[in-house]
Amino acid sequence: MQASTTPAKASVLSNLNAVRTMIRRHKRNDIIFASIGLIALMLALLTLVTLFVDLVLDGYPKFNLTFFSDFPSRRAGSAGLLSAWVGSLLVMIVTFLTAVPMGVAAGLYLEEYAPKNWFSDLIEINVSNLAGVPSIIYGLLALGLFVYGLDLGQSILTAGLTLGLLILPIVIVSTREAVRGIPVAIREAAYAVGATKWQVVSDHVVKYSQGGILTGVIIGMSRAIGETAPIITIGALTFIAFLPPSPITDVAPYLNFEWLSASFTVLPIQMFNWLSRPEHAFHINAAATGAIIILVTLLMNGTAIWLRYKIRKNIKW
Amino acid sequence: MTASFIGNTLIKSITLKLKPLMDIATNSPSLITTTISPRLAKNLRRDIKGRVIEFILMLAALSAVFTTFAIVAILLYESFGFFKTVSLVEFFTGKEWTPLFEDAHYGIMPLVAGTLTTSMVALAVAVPIGTIGAIYLSEFASHKTREITKPILELLVGVPTIAFGYFALLFVTPLLQKIYPDLPGFNMLSAGLVMGVMIVPYIASVAEDAMRAVPMSMREGSYAMGATRFQTALRVVTPAATSGIVAAYILAISRAVGETMVVAVAAGQQPNLTFNPTEGAATITAYIVQVAMGDLPHASIGYQSIFAAGLVLFAMTLGFNIIGHIVRKKYREQY
Repeated sequence: MQASTTPAKASVLSNLNAVRTMIRRHKRNDIIFASIGLIALMLALLTLVTLFVDLVLDGYPKFNLTFFSDFPSRRAGSAGLLSAWVGSLLVMIVTFLTAVPMGVAAGLYLEEYAPKNWFSDLIEINVSNLAGVPSIIYGLLALGLFVYGLDLGQSILTAGLTLGLLILPIVIVSTREAVRGIPVAIREAAYAVGATKWQVVSDHVVKYSQGGILTGVIIGMSRAIGETAPIITIGALTFIAFLPPSPITDVAPYLNFEWLSASFTVLPIQMFNWLSRPEHAFHINAAATGAIIILVTLLMNGTAIWLRYKIRKNIKW
Repeated sequence: MTASFIGNTLIKSITLKLKPLMDIATNSPSLITTTISPRLAKNLRRDIKGRVIEFILMLAALSAVFTTFAIVAILLYESFGFFKTVSLVEFFTGKEWTPLFEDAHYGIMPLVAGTLTTSMVALAVAVPIGTIGAIYLSEFASHKTREITKPILELLVGVPTIAFGYFALLFVTPLLQKIYPDLPGFNMLSAGLVMGVMIVPYIASVAEDAMRAVPMSMREGSYAMGATRFQTALRVVTPAATSGIVAAYILAISRAVGETMVVAVAAGQQPNLTFNPTEGAATITAYIVQVAMGDLPHASIGYQSIFAAGLVLFAMTLGFNIIGHIVRKKYREQY
């Protein structure tokens, strides 16, 4: 009896040990993979940090006020960003005025008005397709349509419209998502007290989805600020050592639209211009410009993400 | 029964009461304006206003369709001019691309080769990192880690590509040259590597969405059988989410093919028919940038050539996007 149980016991014990080592091995695999996963994701963060630190260190000598108040120059030391940041600002105004009304209107139509038929499907397919079109293709569209077709030239208006079309899908999609989050009960309550469809949409749906729409608009605008390829494609890579005419004048009607047709340069173009020169001194300028662009886009995206987080936390329907 | 009965009698009584009023209205139109008009007129105004607004909103939505058609029309129109001088056979089979030289050759193959090589290097980086990251985010990360990591990935997406171009040319290339001293200053390797890091967040987020769509009960079934997290992730969740993950890869290819500034800055601007990433070569996008930087006269062959190149690029990205969406929609597992 003793002789027959001992081997059985031993085999059970050895099996148990085998199982235990197996469990330990599997748990170790879990931990190993979890660390690899975390490292993989941290690699992205690490790149972002390295990129920013590299730009700041390289561009460090240029971080002073004269860099913002000087025009570009043949000499790297005295070259500045004045025409570039003014150009960026003016182009962004046009982009904002194009993309936001059109994008919000399109988003509202698709969510609130569009009947379920082939026509709405066509629009939806186009919106999602446009989001995947490379930005340089928008540049070619602008070159053929705005610059030569409509004869707008290589102007601020052309650039603003191009970037407006480029970020249109972003604004449309975020508007739709924001609007979709509003419960039907809100709409029904408004209808119940006799509101028309437009009153429901403008007084309730748009009002309550403002935050979500704003998030999309900020993300879109930050994308437009850093976008380089479409603006190069319309042929705007030129030496600009002057400012466009001021939009605001001191005589009535106090507004002047000549700036729309002025030639211009923007921050990423100026950076590309300096980057493509062989002299190292210009690379310092490029690095400083890059650091500024990244800072602006990070701030804008950060605001958008924070805003979305807050909305998600605060609003419980 | 009773409800409909009451309803019917109500309607009847209302019609009866309205009858004289309606008779008056049909006989003498002038009375409408004086007796029941303020309300009707207001309703009419509201109705018209509503329709006008709906029409305006629809026009805005139609701008998306218009943009697509305009892109296709412009590309086709200008390419048509290009293909009057250049035969399609030469375009697709020629091994040299020198449209701006005296001795002009119009073979798109070198540009396509450059585009594919940089994209493949990028994918070689982004696919493993992105997939592992997605599995980690979906299966391993705690709620808190996810809440912190996802915004960071989003921030990375928001960084302008020209900054990544600087990084590739003046940080990654010198670093690589320390390892391979023979590496030229412009090379597809560093451009591809940086582009790969750029599209990691894209793959990670699309693939993670697909994995999180796998129902919890499948994971619970796997855990109940004694599987670990790693086994569940690898043998249950990943196979179930294959379609979404593959779609993420395809959409990432489309993104890499259309990427412009990184390759224009760091990969060089010389068309070069090679699949060796340690050489420099122009991509389709880099060529368009290079031509647009110079001052080409409108309607010249060089001007038209960027539209022909753009058409090829558009067709490639559109093809990948469509395949990606079909894979995601059609082969989605239903549970």
